[in-house]
Amino acid sequence: MNFYPIFKKELRSYFTSLIAYVVLAVFLVLAGYYFYTDLALFVLWGGASVQEGLWQYLFHDIRLILLFTIPLLTMRLFSEEKKLGTIELLFTYPFRDIEILLGKYLACLTVFSIMLGFTVLYPILLAIVYQVELGPLIASYLGMFLLGAAFISCGIMVSSLTENQIVAALVTSGMILTFWFIDWNEAAVSPSVAVVLHHLSFFEHFYNFVRGVINTKDIIYFILFIFFFLFLTLRSLEARRWRGLR
Amino acid sequence: MIEVENLTKFYGEIRGIEDVSFSIGKGEITGFLGPNGSGKTTTMRILTCFFPPTSGKARVAGYDVIKNPIEVRRRIGYMPETVPLYPDMKVTTYLTFVAEAKRMGKGERKKKIGEIMEQCGILKVSQRLVGNLSKGYRQRVGLAQALINDPEVLILDEPTIGLDPKQVVEIRQFIKNLAGERTIILSTHVLSEASMTCDRVIIIHEGKIAAVDTPENLTEKLQKTSKTLVQIEGIQQEIKDKLKTLQGVINVLEKGEVSPGVFSYEVEFDKEKEISGELSYMVYSNKWKLVEMRAMKLSLEKIFIELTKEERT
Repeated sequence: MNFYPIFKKELRSYFTSLIAYVVLAVFLVLAGYYFYTDLALFVLWGGASVQEGLWQYLFHDIRLILLFTIPLLTMRLFSEEKKLGTIELLFTYPFRDIEILLGKYLACLTVFSIMLGFTVLYPILLAIVYQVELGPLIASYLGMFLLGAAFISCGIMVSSLTENQIVAALVTSGMILTFWFIDWNEAAVSPSVAVVLHHLSFFEHFYNFVRGVINTKDIIYFILFIFFFLFLTLRSLEARRWRGLR
Repeated sequence: MIEVENLTKFYGEIRGIEDVSFSIGKGEITGFLGPNGSGKTTTMRILTCFFPPTSGKARVAGYDVIKNPIEVRRRIGYMPETVPLYPDMKVTTYLTFVAEAKRMGKGERKKKIGEIMEQCGILKVSQRLVGNLSKGYRQRVGLAQALINDPEVLILDEPTIGLDPKQVVEIRQFIKNLAGERTIILSTHVLSEASMTCDRVIIIHEGKIAAVDTPENLTEKLQKTSKTLVQIEGIQQEIKDKLKTLQGVINVLEKGEVSPGVFSYEVEFDKEKEISGELSYMVYSNKWKLVEMRAMKLSLEKIFIELTKEERT
């Protein structure tokens, strides 16, 4: 697997084109605000368990920020290369399609991990004044990471379909939202369909993690989701073999 | 070095190229000549393994483009027509990426990048962002990325398009200097460019090969001679020999029997001379029967007019 050159190039590109910094800044400001208000809520209202409740609140809120920040990270991955025409050169270098895909995917995942890494500061700060239990926190971060990884796989797929970055970002947001809300309409569908939709939804699987439960079923859901979308991306890259010029 | 057999590429219903065959020996500079949209880029994209052909075979540097694309890609250097580059990378960073992409060892990489930058004359812009470079420098960076892995085969799509005349001369000279050790294919839609740089020219028109020849022969043929097709009833050999004696005739080709006793001949003659009068007199005095006589408008000639249009304007 010779994906390292692509990985390096993409990572560098994130930081030289400032996208990573901007997304990081917006993400951290919002995440910090959520942490502050959620914490304030628990301190002022008291009673409820910080151990259980705070992280649930916080990670559900952070999830919201990811909904529009991750598409901003993924939108350029293939769209930009298509727009610039550089994809033509890229596909004549000795890479296999899967190496190009993995290089790009992992670079984006790395930027996301850095984003998420900064939020570890919150529990550390809290730990100074209050006893923080590690278990639920680890489960939450695992869930958050898998959720982000799934978002990215969806985004990279959409990016491989268009040369317009705005379209790529918007469609990605739309798809992520759909996977979220897909089981909200229980009343409108038959019970048997509702069960299927329930299992398809991000929300259901993510919820277990932030409650502190690491369930193999949920991990497998996210991994399958990621594999499925990376597979679709690969197919979309191969379309150049039989389709028109781009 | 490059062998192409019956290569065909369709984009859905639209034909890119059809039944293209040619072969190019080591060290040759070959020009793909053809009007815009004739299939030059399509052929190059197949040779560079950007996409596979719909049918047909192609081997580059000993490897099949369908079965061994990675091996082919390791041995070629390609510069696409618009020279697409990453605008937010510095020239050195970009070339380092290309060297890594082409799987060069860490030790050899650094040395090679320095050499290539010097060879291509981009040392003084090495720390600038690619996006801020002028067209001429971008072209050189494009050449540098193609050359960095010392490719056996160099494929250049319209290398001089959009450059000013001085740069055009420089790039042409540069390409000529590269020949010898490398096999070079370049595409162009300007005849004079092909004749200035190439050993051999492959003319592609509407997705098919129209002619393969040296530029000198091609130019001479197209500029100086005309062809007339005649169909005459009579003894084949006698007619052929007598036609050859006509003043201004360069060559007579038999084109086979059209109907019993009637043979067709292609008479090639000097453009300056008008032979139709003499020819018909010859037919009359020998008591042959003239079935048909018409001037041949070669498809090649039409292409030639298109190709030289740009030079004249």
